[in-house]
Amino acid sequence: MHPAFSVVFFTTATGAGYGLLALLGVLGGFQIIPPDFWLGLIGMGLALGLIIAGLLSSAGHLGRPERAWRAFSQWRSSWLSREGVASVITFVPAGLFGIGWVFFGRSGGWVTIAGLLAAIGAVVTVCTTGMIYASLKPIAQWHSRFTLPGYLFFSAMTGSVLLNALLQGFAIGSKTLLAASVLLGLLGWGWKVTTWRYNDRLEIPTNANSATGLAGGTVRSLEWPHTEENYLLKEMGFRIARKHSARLRQITQALAFALPVLLLAAAFALPWPFAAMLSVLAAIAQFAGMLVERWLFFAEAKHTVTLYYGR
Amino acid sequence: MHRPPNGANSAPSQRPLADTRAPDEGDGVDTSPSISDSIAKTTCYMCACRCGIDVHIKDGKVRYINGNKDHPVNRGVICGKGSSGIMQHYSPARLKKPLLRTGPRGSGEFREIEWEEAFSIATERLSAIRRTDPKKLAFFTGRDQSQSLTGWWASQFGTPNFAAHGGFCSVNMAVGGLYTIGGSFWEFGEPDWDNTRYFMLFGVAEDHDSNPIKIGLGKLKARGAKVVSINPCRTGYNAIADDWIGIRPGTDGLFVFALIHELLKAGRVDLDYLLRYTNAHLLVIQEPGAADDGLFARDAGGNLLAWDRVAKTPVSATDTGAEPGLTGSFTIDGRRCVPVFQLIADRYLAEGYAPDAVAERCGIPADTIRRIAAELAHVAFQQTIELPVAWTDWAGRRHETIKGRPVSMHAMRGISAHSNGFHTCRAIHLLQVLLGTVDVPGGFRFKPPYPRSPPPGPKPSGKTVKPMTPLDGMPLGFVCGPDDLLVDEAGTAVRIDKAYSWDAPIAAHGLMHTVIRSAWAGDPYPIDTLMMYMSNMAWNSSMNTVETMAMLTDSDEAGNYRIPFIIYSDAYYSETVPFADLVLPDTTYLERHDCISLLDRPISHADGPGDAIRHPVVEPDRDVRPFQSVLIELGARLGLPCFVNDDGSARYRDYADYIVNHERTPGIGPLAGWRGKDGSAIGKGEANPDQLQRYIDNGGFWHHDFAEDQRYYKMANRSYLDFAVQMGFIPKAEPVVFQLYCEPLQRFRLAARGHGRVVPPEGDRQRIETYMDPLPFWYMPFEEAAVDLQDYPLHALTQRPMHMYHSWGSQNAWLRQITSQNRLFVHHRTAAGLGLVDDDWVWIESINGKVKGQIKLVDGVNESTVWTWNAIGKRRGSWGLKDDAAESNRGFLLNHIIGDQTSADASGKRYSNSDPVTGQAAWFDLRVRLVKCAAEEAGFTEPQFERFQQPPHFEPSPDRLTFGAEFRRAREAAE
Amino acid sequence: MTCLPSQSGKKLGLVIDLDTCVGCQACVTACKEWNTGGHMAPLTDIDPYGGQVDGVWFNRVHSYEHTTEMGGRTVNFPRSCLHCETPACVTVCPTGASYKRASDGIVLIDEDKCIGCKLCSWACPYGAREFDTDVGVMKKCTLCVDRIYNDNLAEEDRVPACVAACPTSARHFGDLGDPASAVSQLVAERGGVDLMPELGYHPTNKYLPPRAHAKRAASVAAPALEPVRAEGGFLGWVDRMLSN
Repeated sequence: MHPAFSVVFFTTATGAGYGLLALLGVLGGFQIIPPDFWLGLIGMGLALGLIIAGLLSSAGHLGRPERAWRAFSQWRSSWLSREGVASVITFVPAGLFGIGWVFFGRSGGWVTIAGLLAAIGAVVTVCTTGMIYASLKPIAQWHSRFTLPGYLFFSAMTGSVLLNALLQGFAIGSKTLLAASVLLGLLGWGWKVTTWRYNDRLEIPTNANSATGLAGGTVRSLEWPHTEENYLLKEMGFRIARKHSARLRQITQALAFALPVLLLAAAFALPWPFAAMLSVLAAIAQFAGMLVERWLFFAEAKHTVTLYYGR
Repeated sequence: MHRPPNGANSAPSQRPLADTRAPDEGDGVDTSPSISDSIAKTTCYMCACRCGIDVHIKDGKVRYINGNKDHPVNRGVICGKGSSGIMQHYSPARLKKPLLRTGPRGSGEFREIEWEEAFSIATERLSAIRRTDPKKLAFFTGRDQSQSLTGWWASQFGTPNFAAHGGFCSVNMAVGGLYTIGGSFWEFGEPDWDNTRYFMLFGVAEDHDSNPIKIGLGKLKARGAKVVSINPCRTGYNAIADDWIGIRPGTDGLFVFALIHELLKAGRVDLDYLLRYTNAHLLVIQEPGAADDGLFARDAGGNLLAWDRVAKTPVSATDTGAEPGLTGSFTIDGRRCVPVFQLIADRYLAEGYAPDAVAERCGIPADTIRRIAAELAHVAFQQTIELPVAWTDWAGRRHETIKGRPVSMHAMRGISAHSNGFHTCRAIHLLQVLLGTVDVPGGFRFKPPYPRSPPPGPKPSGKTVKPMTPLDGMPLGFVCGPDDLLVDEAGTAVRIDKAYSWDAPIAAHGLMHTVIRSAWAGDPYPIDTLMMYMSNMAWNSSMNTVETMAMLTDSDEAGNYRIPFIIYSDAYYSETVPFADLVLPDTTYLERHDCISLLDRPISHADGPGDAIRHPVVEPDRDVRPFQSVLIELGARLGLPCFVNDDGSARYRDYADYIVNHERTPGIGPLAGWRGKDGSAIGKGEANPDQLQRYIDNGGFWHHDFAEDQRYYKMANRSYLDFAVQMGFIPKAEPVVFQLYCEPLQRFRLAARGHGRVVPPEGDRQRIETYMDPLPFWYMPFEEAAVDLQDYPLHALTQRPMHMYHSWGSQNAWLRQITSQNRLFVHHRTAAGLGLVDDDWVWIESINGKVKGQIKLVDGVNESTVWTWNAIGKRRGSWGLKDDAAESNRGFLLNHIIGDQTSADASGKRYSNSDPVTGQAAWFDLRVRLVKCAAEEAGFTEPQFERFQQPPHFEPSPDRLTFGAEFRRAREAAE
Repeated sequence: MTCLPSQSGKKLGLVIDLDTCVGCQACVTACKEWNTGGHMAPLTDIDPYGGQVDGVWFNRVHSYEHTTEMGGRTVNFPRSCLHCETPACVTVCPTGASYKRASDGIVLIDEDKCIGCKLCSWACPYGAREFDTDVGVMKKCTLCVDRIYNDNLAEEDRVPACVAACPTSARHFGDLGDPASAVSQLVAERGGVDLMPELGYHPTNKYLPPRAHAKRAASVAAPALEPVRAEGGFLGWVDRMLSN
């Protein structure tokens, strides 16, 4: 699948944004993180900013963005529509929570409820995003039991690393959160490596024989219907060399998982402001790493239509 | 009124829904949009197939073109080209106005001129030629369908130097057939698709008879008839064959002789058929050294003789009461004579033609050859069919049924384009005739006006060329012996292309592929003006393109072009236009009149004759004129006798006027339908002023259906022969006798032995002796015989893709998307042996040069053969293509490395790279080797040529096409 | 509405005969020509005369080499929308632009509702969806919904353009929901197959597999030829035959 930057950024940014929002909603709502105007403003700003930037980026992917409002209508059948609905609905409790927690400096009562609802909305939205991909049968690498948990884990991981950086930045870092971030980093790492291993060994029953209905033996593409690449090939015929992909997987592991885990582990032992600097660095590295991970998520996904083109 | 469906696609599974009322879906879809304001029925010209089309016109634009269901050629279907006609019609490469060269020839620098200036330049030039030496005009056309006009014009002008595209294309098939059975494969005959059970297809992946063959194959498939294809490449029709025989190029003759060998050995030939319809029983004089050696024995009255095996005496071959024998050796008047059939048996029963002897050369296992022979015999003799229709033969014998042997064959390009193609074509006809399958139910069938007695008349004219004097006939025709050749006392060719000379004695279609070299070299003489129409001679319609372009622009010591003046007419900015001094822009096929005439290449099918017209269905939006009308006006301005009235005024207003009013012989004109003042006559009759309208009213064509008893055995069917005489197809209702032994060829041989008035120069004698064999034989194609096969181990072929066959497709926005880069297809094992992998770039090298392209590995090809799609490679600056188009960057033209001449013989003479009998260009003889490119050479084709300048006022081709959006806008606005 | 309609009686679709298709591209350009002025007009071509030409086509013909132990065959393979019974391209559509008609099963796009998210093209395993970058919406085969019911066409012409054009009769059209229909019977007789049945989209269109190298192939059970047994060999046989 063609790794369009708009979509790569969209899923990475909203994943991190919703992860952060969910954590703020729960931890802020239950006063585990006490209300603080600047912390709240930056935290909620970052979360909603990532979400909005992601959603805008995804709208940039549309052929007719001015009609995007129509996407809320088909929630009964379409995960994309559900994602749209969930993301918009989530803004309501998220906004209320933000107002209460940041501007009124309150927690408890309706603010807690709003925070919890925002967290639930965030989780639901991330689930719908994951399901957009997980539900696509023509792409075996996506249509697997790894996709949805992956989206949730990575959202939690990037959200927690961001929150940690934030709290560390305000010198109110929590060892628990630091530990959770490290653990989530390790979980995400493990999940990604397992997913790759699963995908590399995937035996896909759909092949050129079943695609063409020509039973037995080999089916080799002789000539394409058109000499030059068409929409199908540009959109779904993306190919990545094995060597290239191996290198990018290493980069992903280094930036998204290994480096953040190491930096955060080091932050355990270091005082402010060094712990904060490492935490921020970990968040930045991880975000960059997750962009690479998401790029690979697309680039390594093979659509059945490529069978028709011998790719 | 409901009428039964005429369309080819009218099986129950291809019909509309039982209820075509739109269901009440409520989704707002307009299921009944209006399609057109009017429908014009005319004839397609996206290739040479001549299908009927319905052109839907909406808001003055062509909305849609579909096949005409009533039309005898395509019966409603339409091919990939036909449906893309819109893109040809609106092509950005269309010329807009007459052009006069301003820059160096070949640069593409022109200025626009008015038609009047164009006419006066041409008239002045041509009239000077006509006043002095008319043969200094060489007039060659491409795949146009007006050769009866253009040839006649040349004849009226007085130049013998006229021909069309046939010499490059398929004259081997025409001559091979016409001199053997009086008809040919090509588009002039067809298998009996409804009855055949075993169909053999030689060297055809797509053909002239494009849609009829496809419709026919569909019928065979639906019926479960067996399709056997003999072709080095498994594409197109060969892809759906039940049996694909991946033969080595140029060896089809051997394969066929091996089949004949097997059939003869097993006694599986139709002796009765041979006796009735062929010259198998004719006696051939066997007196080596004599002036009549190898000619037929004749009595004092000139009657051909056979041997009556009962009376044991010579007997007139046409004596229906005789019992002629087919074997033996007899002495008549002291001269040894043997029947033709004895010669056939002697030759083809020889072990040299046994399956085991030819298998390796052909690349076909001997068992396969034996199996095919057995299948042929089985179907021909065990699955005989009989139609319950009584008919009467030429001799008045009544037959209660029509018997047939359901084996049929078709052959074309792959046979034709070899230097041994004429004899191979004859071999296939010989095979058909031995099996008794020509014009019988289930066999190969003639389309009227064929068959004609082989060889058909008239002879070529041009022996005497005089100023201001028309020729005494048409420039092209059929020779019967050396006396008919167009050569002077010294044996030198009269014609610029050396047709009907010792180089190519039976060059019935001329040799357009030699014209540029001859004119450049002044051999046999220099010319003044080369006039061409619709023929891409500076690119894919020439062999040895690189040198050809150089010859077009070469100048003498004085700085004058060696070919002094070039007039060219084309509708599009092809690679040849920039080489013209004067460009006459033609219209598209939807803007013109044409006739698809029985005098030329009609739309007949085996069940009846037909012809058709084109008429303008949209008005040109440019200052262009149909070439035929321009030619007629030029004829009038030049004062050519038949183009002016007695008072010197123009006889014909334009081509449409000519189509209706011209009479070639009294009562016979370009169109056969609705003749006579009231339109009641067919074939012969007075001109009918309403004729074109009658055609238009009938869907653009005329067609006559034969009575049931006229449909088969046309070579000997009295009812058919009488009809053919009445229509003017043949002069007399005499049977057409298949010439298994071709006596005219022997006459040339005798001349080579020094007999007769016209004899070949010493240097040509061995060649004539060898190749003018009256019985078909096989010899190695010339290039293969000349090169070191270690150096050039591979055959290289080109074929047009189906969606571009005979079309000018690369300017077509839709068709070019399908193929804009051609690959060289190489067998996996062959590539592995050369260390090549898929997508590699290679140099394709021949003795004539090298060209670079990208390979694609395949299994479905003969292992010693590589091939590519033809004419995809284009020169930068032509056809309205942008500079980055794949056609000029990655596509390649194999013609660059196909020589236009043979290697020098012992005397140093180089002949044209052609069949020695017919002059057919031998572009399938090519031998090559593949050399992997250096890394820095990969990714782009070579050789490259300078980009052509664009004609004045040529708009850059658009970056985006939204054709059709306007119809939708109009529809939605109307709602 | 992107929820699938409850089963309607009719399942209109195409049957494509791979045994007969010669790859001539007639259906391809007939489709292009009809549809570029039809319901989904235009079928835009970008850079039509340049090096990156890319157009919208509803029907494309591939060629393959199919090699089994019985031998090899070149197969021309037309590919277009299969009008599936359970088309995910419809259910994934967030706007309701993609829909399956209840009355005849044709899968269509309501262009005015399409936001060009391209998800339907991801959901279609067959590559039947074509994005028109010029107008930013998805387009696809309409099964010539503007022909098959068109009162402005002669009744006999109310079939999809590709079926009308096909010179070898390799394309068939009808109601595959009716087991008695001519197309259903053809499928049954010829062993028509679904493409990628394992994905569960239940395509309506069927493909008839090639007969060559299969039991169904046309063959001639011809005994091997034996040399004539006659005195004087073949020529002796000729004499004997003529004397009879």
